[in-house]
Amino acid sequence: MAMLEIKHLGISFGGLRAVDDVNITIEPGALYGLIGPNGAGKTTVFNMLTGVYKPTDGQIILDGEDITGQSTVRINRAGIARTFQNIRLFGDLSVLDNVKVGLHNRYPYSTLSAVLRLPSYFRQERKMDYRAMELLEMFGLDKLYKVKASNLPYGQQRKLEIARALATKPKLLLLDEPAAGMNPNETQELMDTIRLVQDKFGMTILLIEHDMHLVSGICEQITVLNFGRELDSGETAKVLNNPEVIKAYLGD
Amino acid sequence: MLKLNMKKTTRQSLVTYAIVIIAFVVFQLLSSFGALSNLIEGQLVNLCLYAILAVSLNLVVGISGELSLGHAGFMCIGAFTSAFFSKICTDTIGNDFLRFLIAMVIGTFFAALVGFLIAIPVLRLRGDYLAIVTLAFGQIIMTLINSMYVGIDKNGLHISFSSESALHLEPGTSPIINGSQGITGTPSIDSDYRFFVSILFLLLTLAVSYHFINSRTGRAVMSIRDNRIAAESVGLNVTKYKILTFTIASAFAGLAGAIFSHNIPTLVATTKNFGYDKSIMILVFVVLGGIGSVRGSMIAAALLTLLPELLRSLTFLPDGIRTFVSENRMLIYAVILIVVMIFSNSPRFVEIRARLKAFFRRGTKKEAV
Repeated sequence: MAMLEIKHLGISFGGLRAVDDVNITIEPGALYGLIGPNGAGKTTVFNMLTGVYKPTDGQIILDGEDITGQSTVRINRAGIARTFQNIRLFGDLSVLDNVKVGLHNRYPYSTLSAVLRLPSYFRQERKMDYRAMELLEMFGLDKLYKVKASNLPYGQQRKLEIARALATKPKLLLLDEPAAGMNPNETQELMDTIRLVQDKFGMTILLIEHDMHLVSGICEQITVLNFGRELDSGETAKVLNNPEVIKAYLGD
Repeated sequence: MLKLNMKKTTRQSLVTYAIVIIAFVVFQLLSSFGALSNLIEGQLVNLCLYAILAVSLNLVVGISGELSLGHAGFMCIGAFTSAFFSKICTDTIGNDFLRFLIAMVIGTFFAALVGFLIAIPVLRLRGDYLAIVTLAFGQIIMTLINSMYVGIDKNGLHISFSSESALHLEPGTSPIINGSQGITGTPSIDSDYRFFVSILFLLLTLAVSYHFINSRTGRAVMSIRDNRIAAESVGLNVTKYKILTFTIASAFAGLAGAIFSHNIPTLVATTKNFGYDKSIMILVFVVLGGIGSVRGSMIAAALLTLLPELLRSLTFLPDGIRTFVSENRMLIYAVILIVVMIFSNSPRFVEIRARLKAFFRRGTKKEAV
C-alpha cells in the first residue's frame, strides 16, 4: 500500500485556481520530488497536505487513512511532519528544547504533575532528554544543545528544523526547499543528511526543490507542476529530459 | 552534560526562593528592632501581593507573549469572592486561619474560572486587539462589582444592580456587598501573621511559575510564542495552551486579590484599587523586570512598591520633591518605563550589558577554579 496518495487534489482562492487535479502516489520509504517554476503551486500543495489550507477538491490519503481537510494538529498526529521554506524555529528556545517541543506529544505528562514535580515529570523529561540528544547527535548538533536556536548558522538551523520534524515520529516528512540559500558545500551536506534520514528511519520523504543538482542526485521520482497542473511525473532522469519540462523552466 | 542544564534552571529558582526568604528575614529583623517606618511596615503585605501579580502577569506577557491589560480585573474578582466568603462564614467557621485559607482558595478559584471563560473568546485575538479587549474586560469586571448589591437573609441570596433597598432584605440585616461602598469589615487573620503568610503565598507562586515554565507545557507555550505556525506543525494545540496559561495567571491574580481584601478594612471596587492603571502598573513591573524573567518581575514589583515610601522617608530631601513623588507615582512609572525601553534597546546599552555579563561570568569561573 502506498504511504501517500493524493487524488485529484485542487484548490481555488476565489476565482483563482491555484492547484488543479494533482495526483501523486508515494511508496513507503521513497524519496519523491516536487518541482516546478515559481508560483506553480508547490507550497500550496504542501499547505494542503499539512492542513494549513483546506482543499476544495480531491482526497489525501496517508497510509490508508483519509486526512483531507483536517487540522494541522491532527494531521501531524496522523503522521505528517514538515519543514518550512523560510525557516521557522522557536528562536528563543535552546536547540535541545526545540527538539523536545517536537517530542511533546510522544512523552505526555500532565501540567499538574509538572507543577507538583511528581515522578512522572522526571521520568518523562529524562526520556525526552535522552531521545532529543540522540536525534541531535545524528545531525551533529549535540554539542550545541544549549545554544539559542536563533543563534545557529543557517545550515544548522535547517538541520535542526528537520530534527524537530523527525521528533514527532512522522510517517511522511515534507521538506519545503531545504537547500534554499545554501552554498554547494552546504547543499552536499544536506543531501547526505536527507539520505541518512531516509536510510536510518526508513522515512518516506516528499521534497520541494529548485536545486536540480539536489533533485537529480537524490529523488527517485518527481512530479513537475506548472500553473497549478501536473506537467509530467515519473522517474527523475526521464522527467528532467522532457522538452516540456525544460520549456517550463527555461522558457521558449 | 544534560544534568548541568537541569541544574541551571533549578539553581535559578533556588536563588529566587533564597532572595525571598532573606528579604523576609531582613524585614522581620528590622521591624522587631523598630527600624521600619510605619509606612513601610504597612507596605509589606502589598509588596508580596504585587510581586505575585507581577510574576503571574509575566506568565501571560513574557512566556505566552500576549499583552494583557486586564490583570487587575482578575485581582478584583479574587478580592470580592474571597471577602464575600469570609463575611458569610464569620460565624460558621470559627478558626481564623482555616477561614482565611479557604477564602484564598475561593478567590483563586473564581478568578481562574472567570479568566478561563474570558480567555476562550479573547485569545482568538492577538497583539493590540487582545490588549484592548482585556483592558475592557478588566474595566467591565470592576464596574459590575462596583454597582452590585448582594445580601443574605433567611430567604436566601439577594442580588441587585440598582440600590440597597432593591434587595428587600429582612429588617436588621445589612448587605454584604454594598455597591460602591463595597465590603466592610472582612474578618482576617491577625495582622502580625499576614506578612509571613503572604511570603508563603509568594513562594508558592514562584514555585508554580518555575515548574510550569520548565516543563513540557511551558515549553509548548513558549514555542507557540516564538512561532505559532511551526508549533501547530509539530502537533501542539495552540488554543489549549494559551487558555491554560491565561487561566493560571488569572488564578494567581485572584490569590493576590484575596490577600489584598483580607488586609484592608474596607474593600471597594474603585479605579484606584482595580482600575486599568493598576493593570498597567503590574505591566510596568513585568517590563522593568525584564519580560519573561520571573525573578526580575518580582524584584521590580518589590522595589517599585517600596520606592515611594522610601523616598518619603528620605527626610533630607525637600518636602516639595517628596510630595511630588508620592502624588505622581504613575507619572514617574511612565517616565521610568520609557527610559528603560529606550535604553534596553539601544545598541550601546546592549553592548555594555554584554560586557558586564562577560565580566561577571569570568569572576564566577575564577571562583570555581
